[in-house]
Amino acid sequence: MLVIPCPYCGPRPELEFSYGGQAHVLRPAAATNPDPAGWNAFQYERANTRGLHAERWRHVHGCARFFNVIRDTTTDEVLRSYRSGEK
Amino acid sequence: MPEAIATRIPPPRASGLGWRTLDPQSCWSLRVELAAAAGPMATAGLPLALAACRAATRGEWAALWLGPDEQLLVGMNSSHAQFEPRLAGALAGIAHALVDVSHRQAAIEIAGPDATRLLALGCPLDLHLSQAPVGLCTRTVFAKAEVVLWRQEADRFQLQAWRSFLPYVTGLLALGSQELAPQA
Ligand SMILES: [Zn+2]
Repeated sequence: MLVIPCPYCGPRPELEFSYGGQAHVLRPAAATNPDPAGWNAFQYERANTRGLHAERWRHVHGCARFFNVIRDTTTDEVLRSYRSGEK
Repeated sequence: MPEAIATRIPPPRASGLGWRTLDPQSCWSLRVELAAAAGPMATAGLPLALAACRAATRGEWAALWLGPDEQLLVGMNSSHAQFEPRLAGALAGIAHALVDVSHRQAAIEIAGPDATRLLALGCPLDLHLSQAPVGLCTRTVFAKAEVVLWRQEADRFQLQAWRSFLPYVTGLLALGSQELAPQA
């Protein structure tokens, strides 16, 4: 089991979390300017990174917050976590 | 009317095994910006929990930190009418959401020298005092049920579970108590 450091609660077992996919995927800024390529990328295109991956997690059975984690996809090592909106 | 719980759920009491279901408590879920509400609530004699995963108590009042903007408020001994008007007064003028959840959950007390061993059968947290000091409170899981765990003393815990999960949680506790009981 992974031990994931919640930026609010500290290190917690993976059981308490749910995975939220790749982090920092930006929503296209406009219904006023429909951009099919931008929306396609937002909806469907992901990096499938080998190595360090920034991803969202939610501490659903804890503080219930979304936050970001840097995890190595080859070793599953969690390097650090940070709150949404931070780097 | 938290009293109604007692009549709807047959309380699966297990005295002597180190745990028991508690009498109904008054509970509220409070969502509010902590910085805005902490002062007025403290003035009203109903302190909020300021530190992450820690509880604040005062007499029959307890506030359990569940998230940065979420607290579980507990009026112990069912003192509903005592707290409701004071809560409303303290929070007046502050953007907040206050929901009476007394009927949603029930509390189980787990006490005694085997309390942490019993909890460890279903709780994935490190319950050593160095990692889970007295005053710790948090939402977590007990086996497959979501619970709120509150360490009131070194060997006394309160576990709050949603009512529909109660037979599951108490069933596991009963099973665990049998396993941990000294062989006759
Ligand atoms: Zn958390």
